[in-house]
Amino acid sequence: MTGTAAVRARGVRKHFGDVVALDGVDLDVAAGQVHGLLGPNGAGKTTLLGLLLGLTAADAGTLELLGRPVRRGSAVPDEVAGFVDGPGLYPQLTARQNLAAVADLRGHSRAGVVAALEEVGLADVADDRVRGFSLGMRQRLGLASALLLRPQVLVLDEPANGLDPAGARQVQSVLAALAAGGAAVVVSSHRMDDVTALCEEVTVLAAGRPVFSGPIEKLAAESGELEHRLRTSDTDAARRVAVAAPGVRVLRGDPARRPDAGALVVRASTAALEGLVARLVQAGVAVREVAPVVAPLEAAFLALTEGQHDGPLVGAAGGRGTGESR
Amino acid sequence: MSAVVAVPTRPASALRGYRFELLKLTAQWRTRVLLLVCAVGPAVFVAAVSRQSTLPTDTVFGRWMGQTGWAGSLVVLSFCCSWILPLLTSLVAGDAFAVEDRLGTWRHLVTVVRSPGRLFATKALAAATVLAVLAVALAASSLVGGLLAVGSHELVGLDGHLLTPGQAAGTVLLAWAVVLAPTCAFAAVGLLGSVALGRSPTGLLLPALLALLLQLVQLLPLPVAVRVALPGSAFLAWRGLFTTPAQTTPLLLGVGVGLVWAVAATALARHLFVRRDFTDVASDGLGGRVLLRVVLPLAALFAVTVAGVAVAAPASGAGIGREQLQTSLATSYAHLYRLQTRELARPDVTEAQLRTSATCDKGGGLVADTGPGNDWRCVVSWHIPGATAVGSAVYQLDVTADGRYVADGDGPQAVNGFFQVRTPTGDAPNPIWQFDGLVDLLAPTTKG
Repeated sequence: MTGTAAVRARGVRKHFGDVVALDGVDLDVAAGQVHGLLGPNGAGKTTLLGLLLGLTAADAGTLELLGRPVRRGSAVPDEVAGFVDGPGLYPQLTARQNLAAVADLRGHSRAGVVAALEEVGLADVADDRVRGFSLGMRQRLGLASALLLRPQVLVLDEPANGLDPAGARQVQSVLAALAAGGAAVVVSSHRMDDVTALCEEVTVLAAGRPVFSGPIEKLAAESGELEHRLRTSDTDAARRVAVAAPGVRVLRGDPARRPDAGALVVRASTAALEGLVARLVQAGVAVREVAPVVAPLEAAFLALTEGQHDGPLVGAAGGRGTGESR
Repeated sequence: MSAVVAVPTRPASALRGYRFELLKLTAQWRTRVLLLVCAVGPAVFVAAVSRQSTLPTDTVFGRWMGQTGWAGSLVVLSFCCSWILPLLTSLVAGDAFAVEDRLGTWRHLVTVVRSPGRLFATKALAAATVLAVLAVALAASSLVGGLLAVGSHELVGLDGHLLTPGQAAGTVLLAWAVVLAPTCAFAAVGLLGSVALGRSPTGLLLPALLALLLQLVQLLPLPVAVRVALPGSAFLAWRGLFTTPAQTTPLLLGVGVGLVWAVAATALARHLFVRRDFTDVASDGLGGRVLLRVVLPLAALFAVTVAGVAVAAPASGAGIGREQLQTSLATSYAHLYRLQTRELARPDVTEAQLRTSATCDKGGGLVADTGPGNDWRCVVSWHIPGATAVGSAVYQLDVTADGRYVADGDGPQAVNGFFQVRTPTGDAPNPIWQFDGLVDLLAPTTKG
């Protein structure tokens, strides 16, 4: 935690009919912090973000925003802004009209509209109808709409969805600046690289329950044994060494995957992997590359939410390996 | 790091919310096309039809379109009441909430406005405003078209009496105002459908489907209390303004029923809307619960209004009896005979001098003399001043269940004449060859 709690949830429960969307969720987000919300589809991320934005009320538990309790029938504070399930724009209106409407409805001056558009790089299309905008432009306009309100708590659902790498970096930079200015930012994302780049702490949800909450480094450490791809000067010799190495399991790589072609895929802890590399060097096998098949953060996520996810994650290290134990 | 500050929370201003909803509605190409069509269409239609030799005599006042500009507006009003106004409520109110479902903007809107109740109010008010503007455009356009094409002249009422241009102007405008009540009722049903049925096209079409259903129901020989308690009854009752005295009871009851439906359906829609869970992405209306939470309450409302009308204006049967028909026909004939006399430049005669009476029979004694049908046959008798002979003429009446009838002269030809008469200023419709009339369904009746 880097400061006073801007968001504090304890034992939050929410159900829709027989479906339990959230089950005993705790959440702490400090002012000035970017907090990531991870979880497979249907894990309860959108419901939790919806609670923070006042779209619905919890069935049980307590929620405080900026020190104020939020109960059934009471609205969230003015300084909370953001979007869930898309930025919610009107295609028949221009970008400027969309933002002006938000400013009007929330009692803000329209003077900030141009600045918000400039901040997300949309000033030159301010008077174009949103109908013609790409997905990435819509995401950025949605972000501008939230920034317009100068929020102390910013809640965003997949803010980098549809953005190209440059756009994603721009959004990351805007959110980092906002957090540096003292705002608490809560983002959900399927993109591990975005979470790694942005968030200091994360909460992982699975089937409505928090399965991890804490610093992102600690999440990476949860990964335990990881699959690694080794490229060496002699793959057959390397395989023989690996089979004999303690704590190392040799997996069958997926020949259909280009990175696995001609490589040795093993599962091992960090210590066992280091031992394997030393044995290879002693055996005269040159090690050209050692790379995780799945990034540690993603591996930890998959381990924590095993059996819950129904869609692929997109991470810096590519997709999940399909290694098969010998 | 900034300090966390608790600040007061307030929903968006109602006025700003209303302006935003209006902006969204008017930015839609559909609204713009509707406004253009409503502003131009009636004027073109009335101007074109008024100059034709064949006029829409099956519509009330249609036969007078070539004589006065006020009649064209009433023909448009009549047509609007059947189809156009319910269709407009479908397109505007019936889509007011569903459009947010389609665009996926509910969560954004709720977080910005932060009061579902206020959001509902601003949306309903904006839809009502657009509908009112469209109705005003229809009225203004039809009046402009008629007055420019034909001019402002006397209008023949539904009991044959003449309205001066000033009276006609006031009564026509009042008739347009009256139909705003059932339009509000249909708009409220549209809002209800839009809230309850989500993206389903049934929600969008609900007012149009209701209009179609009511059109079919209106054809049935229903008890008069049921007929007047229908939410669209004022779509017909405005015609009572064009008799002397005006048929105010069905008119006021119709307006009242329309407003009750408007308030009740709006309240039900609001009740459903503010309880919606906006985080439920899969939410798309009530689905199978529509029957219990929408149809059943509306059926109960209908039962209550039927009971209310029955208490407010006790009447039995279909409201169409021999005595009422005879009185109405005799009155109309006297007024129209006097009009014909004037057109033919004959010496003026008063209704009192004519002492007109009518004797009607339905179905030639095979059926009871009550209810709608095209088998009414009436003999009209009158006294010609200065003559001992009593004039008489036979009329075949086609009486519809809503109280309107068309009296078609069945001879003798010497009395009824032809469909046109030659006046000092040119040919004009023969007022007693064929004419429209209106029975007051809630007037005291004597059966048989």
